[in-house]
Amino acid sequence: MIAATDATIIEYIVFFAASLMMLGGALGVILFKNPVHAALGMVLTLFGVAVHFVAQEAHFLAAVQVIVYAGAIVVLFLFVIMLLGVDKSADLSVEPIKIQRPLAGVMAVGLFGLIVAAVAKAGGALTENNVAPPGRELLTDDAFNGDSNIQRLGQNLYNDHVFAFELTSVLLIVAVAGTVLLTRKWPRGMEMENSK
Amino acid sequence: MIAAIEPSWYLIVSALLFSIGAFGLLVRRNPLVMFMCIELMLNAANLTFVAVATKFVGNDVVRDINGQTAVFFVLVVAAAEVVVGLGILVSILRRRPGANADDLAELKG
Repeated sequence: MIAATDATIIEYIVFFAASLMMLGGALGVILFKNPVHAALGMVLTLFGVAVHFVAQEAHFLAAVQVIVYAGAIVVLFLFVIMLLGVDKSADLSVEPIKIQRPLAGVMAVGLFGLIVAAVAKAGGALTENNVAPPGRELLTDDAFNGDSNIQRLGQNLYNDHVFAFELTSVLLIVAVAGTVLLTRKWPRGMEMENSK
Repeated sequence: MIAAIEPSWYLIVSALLFSIGAFGLLVRRNPLVMFMCIELMLNAANLTFVAVATKFVGNDVVRDINGQTAVFFVLVVAAAEVVVGLGILVSILRRRPGANADDLAELKG
């Protein structure tokens, strides 16, 4: 009993520390004037989300979160900030459209209230629903024969979602080719015909 | 004896994160920071997916791995979106340095 309570207390500490990281970083993103600082705030948020993933035993996603998001995407952001030289502070005190901020605040609070209301209404279904959805079996730890998180994720990805997985490769190649086309400086005489 | 952490807590935290991201997206004028706010909202959605994929029933953990697969796809889409968005941004800002979201009305018919 005591051991269980200790474990629960540690879970609580991890939960609140990670939530604090996450929300603090998010506030940093929207409050820091300098885009570089905002990007670093985003790193804090991403690490907080990764800790939440570990706490929920999504180990592979936590690793991917750190490598892809905090590694690649934030570095891409910082690269563009440095490349364009837009790392000067914005003046956040001016409000170009007067009523925008109060309205945005109302929208954000309303959105939060809406989601909390939905969660409160769903409440029981989220915790006490011990019934498998139709056409699917309920999976407990024993059902996996000790398969690790990454094994199960891989089997699910390449069995049930293999078509979507192939489509993501199309998405990525289109994104990369489109970006090259957008940002490339064409030599004189070789411009695309309908550019300008 | 304190209750275990429930998935609904994660949902509420991710709702907070999503609201902060939406607020930032509406308020900030630097297009780069607006992209970061979109990333925050995507992360909130990811956290929701994982939280709902992991249900705690008593001491047993009941998992539906499909939620984590969805997060995988969201990651791919986020990466593609950032690549295209930053590409557009680079090509705009190369021509008009220091432009913010208010200046970019070129697509307006």
